[in-house]
Amino acid sequence: MTDIEAPGSAGTQLPRGDHEFTVRQRTQTQLVLRRFVRHRAAMVSLVVFVLIILWAFIGPHLWHYSYEKYTEDNSKPPSLKHPFGTDSSGYDGYAQVMRGTQTSLKIAIMIALGSTLLGAIWGAVAGFYKGIVDAVMMRIADLVLTLPLFAIALVISSRTGGSWYWIAIVIAGLTWAYVARVVRSSVLSLREKEFIEAARALGASDARIIFRHLLPNALGPIIVNATILVATGILTETALSFLGFGVQPPDTSLGLLVSQAQTAVDTRPWLFYIPGAFIIAIALTINFIGDGLRDAFDPRQQRVRQ
Amino acid sequence: MTAPAQAATPLPPLPGHGGTGAPVLQVRDLVKHFPVMSKGVIRRRVGDVHAVCGVSFDLHENETLGLVGESGSGKTTISRTVLGLERATSGRVRYGEHELTELSRRQMRPLRRELQIVFQDPYASLDPRMTVHEIVAEPLRIHGRYGAGAGGEVSELLRLVGLNPEHGNRFAHEFSGGQRQRIGIARALALHPKVIILDEPVSALDVSIQAGVLNLLMDLQSELNLSFLFVAHDLSVMRHVAGRVAVMYLGRLVEIAPARQLFARPAHPYTQALVSAIPLPDPRKERARKRITIQGDVPSPVRPPSGCRFRTRCPKFANQLTDSERTSCVEEAPALVDRGGGNPVACHYAESVELL
Amino acid sequence: MTSAVLEVEDLSVEFATEDGLVRAVRGVGYRLDRGESLGIVGESGSGKSVTALAVMGLLPTGARVRGSVRFEGTELLGLSDARLSDLRGSGIAMIFQDPMTSLNPVYNVGYQIEETLLRHNPGMKHKDARKRAIELLGTVGIPSPERRVDNYPHEMSGGMRQRVVIAIAMANDPDVIIADEPTTALDVTVQAQILEALETARAETGAALVLITHDLGVVAGHTDRVAVMYAGRIVETGSVEDIFYTPRMPYTLGLLGSLPRLDREEERLTPITGSPPSLLNLPPGCPFSPRCPMRRDVCDTDEPALRRAGGDLHLSACHFADELVDTGAGQVFDAVGADAEALARFADAAATTNPEEDAV
Repeated sequence: MTDIEAPGSAGTQLPRGDHEFTVRQRTQTQLVLRRFVRHRAAMVSLVVFVLIILWAFIGPHLWHYSYEKYTEDNSKPPSLKHPFGTDSSGYDGYAQVMRGTQTSLKIAIMIALGSTLLGAIWGAVAGFYKGIVDAVMMRIADLVLTLPLFAIALVISSRTGGSWYWIAIVIAGLTWAYVARVVRSSVLSLREKEFIEAARALGASDARIIFRHLLPNALGPIIVNATILVATGILTETALSFLGFGVQPPDTSLGLLVSQAQTAVDTRPWLFYIPGAFIIAIALTINFIGDGLRDAFDPRQQRVRQ
Repeated sequence: MTAPAQAATPLPPLPGHGGTGAPVLQVRDLVKHFPVMSKGVIRRRVGDVHAVCGVSFDLHENETLGLVGESGSGKTTISRTVLGLERATSGRVRYGEHELTELSRRQMRPLRRELQIVFQDPYASLDPRMTVHEIVAEPLRIHGRYGAGAGGEVSELLRLVGLNPEHGNRFAHEFSGGQRQRIGIARALALHPKVIILDEPVSALDVSIQAGVLNLLMDLQSELNLSFLFVAHDLSVMRHVAGRVAVMYLGRLVEIAPARQLFARPAHPYTQALVSAIPLPDPRKERARKRITIQGDVPSPVRPPSGCRFRTRCPKFANQLTDSERTSCVEEAPALVDRGGGNPVACHYAESVELL
Repeated sequence: MTSAVLEVEDLSVEFATEDGLVRAVRGVGYRLDRGESLGIVGESGSGKSVTALAVMGLLPTGARVRGSVRFEGTELLGLSDARLSDLRGSGIAMIFQDPMTSLNPVYNVGYQIEETLLRHNPGMKHKDARKRAIELLGTVGIPSPERRVDNYPHEMSGGMRQRVVIAIAMANDPDVIIADEPTTALDVTVQAQILEALETARAETGAALVLITHDLGVVAGHTDRVAVMYAGRIVETGSVEDIFYTPRMPYTLGLLGSLPRLDREEERLTPITGSPPSLLNLPPGCPFSPRCPMRRDVCDTDEPALRRAGGDLHLSACHFADELVDTGAGQVFDAVGADAEALARFADAAATTNPEEDAV
């Protein structure tokens, strides 16, 4: 989008044509950030979550075992050499969990981005036009919501061979409708605001009103929802992989790791509980971050008195 | 860019309405009804809000026409309907050679450069996610005029309305109400319009701030040859800015006259009541005033009274008229015509009274 | 008898906010004699409403209130909630801008008036309370009160509701009525009716009135004395004549000069430039000095005290109050409007771009 970078450069040349979605919101951002920082659980969660991401994406380059190479040790409990132990084939648990976390996160973030993008635009268009357009679009969204996520995901992913992006696309294709509903309801109230009428009076096109005015102002709920979708994504991917319809070996994911270890819960518990703990940690931290964001964006939290 | 021309000649002037110069905006028999829907699963249209009923007026070149009335009088609906933000139920709005009520949105677009609006609420009418520069630049972008040098143009607009152009990268909420309203005015001016509709532009502002905005508007008008349709409920502001004033009650025009005459010798009982109700900031005058007070509230615009809509609150109807005289008030809606006082009044028994 | 019913002394209110300490009221004092009416005027953020809420003990818990508020000699600050509740309604009644803040939407208005009556008159019979409720509704100008008494607030218009609030306020014969912007949300013709109802209520109960408003016209017609507030302080106070005819504080003068008048024609208004200061980190000196055309060095360092200017009860907080004798707003303030140079340039630009525009 058209961005004036430096303060005081009000006269700089601005590129024509609008890039949607990014919004410059200095002071508002500051306000939101400050409230977020005060939300202790959310802040701790954010730190933990960022550490997990760094670990999962940078860790494999530094670790001396690869997730796809056998080691000479079989079924070893955690030790200095193998912090998360090894499995019966000799794979290093630490490398596997790192890789699994990476794959699960990739899928979850892709789901969040995909379904947010589609859902936000869908909901904004429906809410903006109201009437018949809204009715048709939202019935479609409702229909998507009624589809049994699992059954569909199972059918489709069994045909696509378990590559991580296909799994993400399938899940995103079934979760965007939640976002659409949230965005629609906030657009329905935003469209009655006077600044939208002002844009109309200037002759702004519908696309401009939707992308330049409505969506940026609905950013709060969109971001909150995207965060929650990351958690949903992780859990859905985990469940699919657990059932054998998600990520396929030799690649791995947290769900797949848990699934592979389920027979070994009693004999080699580290193989089951460690990836399980990561799933819980990721889902929990994201939910806390979502909570923090929701509180931070909530205008009712504003304590401005005269 | 020109839309298909309907008729090149202006409509005949309205007799007695006054005003000098060529008419730029002509409104004839404008009607706007809003449907009232029943509650429940199956929503049926159960009635209409008669927001505007057969209103006619001309706005002349370089003139400020005041449109005054209380809540529910339909004055804001008129401003929205004239600009095509609401579709008129019937009636005509003529701007130059264009019949605005018949234009599609696409045909209306080029005309929006010439017809602009400033809104009442300076907190709601500016996008909170845009910088001031972006807000003022938006009309230029929309109409493809944001080329080289447009940044300077925006700075110039900000300077024009009394804002520091260096503050262009701030957000609207960092400004006070008066400054925000100036931003709204700069946005309306960006495309060099000919007509600006001012919809209660100062009623959300504190008085000390309001005066500055009023001075600004008056300077802009005299220098830029603008025509203002000034919608407000504050009669004192009206008297100060408007050349002619049209008074509305429950969707109808009840009186139209040059400002000086309207306030010196109002002829419609409602205008008289309005003038009486405005408190004067002058203790001696205020306490010694002769007043014409009215009782009750404005009736529902869903079921407006028959005949003269003001009769349910009219002190003349209640206290002075005989039963036979009242019949015409109940049965016949009074036309807006000159009844000997020199200006059109919609009252069967209009009589000028000096109140100030 | 002219003993004071309400005495406010050196009242200050502070709020702790995310951004720091907001000093909403800074040392406000006034004295209200029995049956007297005082108008408090000021623009938004001047502290006029907060002052009223502090007097009534209705501020949120986070507020820090200091000073003294005495009602018939009894100190109200620090009084328990229960004792205050007894006083509210019977001793001091309050009318707010939005009648729905005082009315309960789930009870009919008759019940709400009866409740007030019964609470403060334990011996009263229900039947009598209802009779009195109907009587009160009639007094404040509600047509056919015996029918309206059973209406719920949502069945009434804004003006009607405000009358009900006035009826409740006068129910227990209070000694002081504090009305905070009672007509701001209403149309002018209804405003006139409500102000009349308020006058009736005062006449019936003999209560003193504190009328808080931003509308100088309302004050001119309905109060004996006026206090002008700015940035949390009273900056000028006196009789209505003092304030309206011989203001001795540049702010008051500017306020009067910026008002368009129905009763005369003025070429140009004289606005006060700038905007009121933030009550957060208020700089030293006179809070009006950044907007004041008479500002001198001393104004930026010393905040002037409220002192005698003219008549006995005419006080002004300005170092140079004496210089304002016999001056009008037009002599002190500039009638600024658009930036003349920018306007001329813009007009030229319009002349050059318009023909090209028509050719598009």
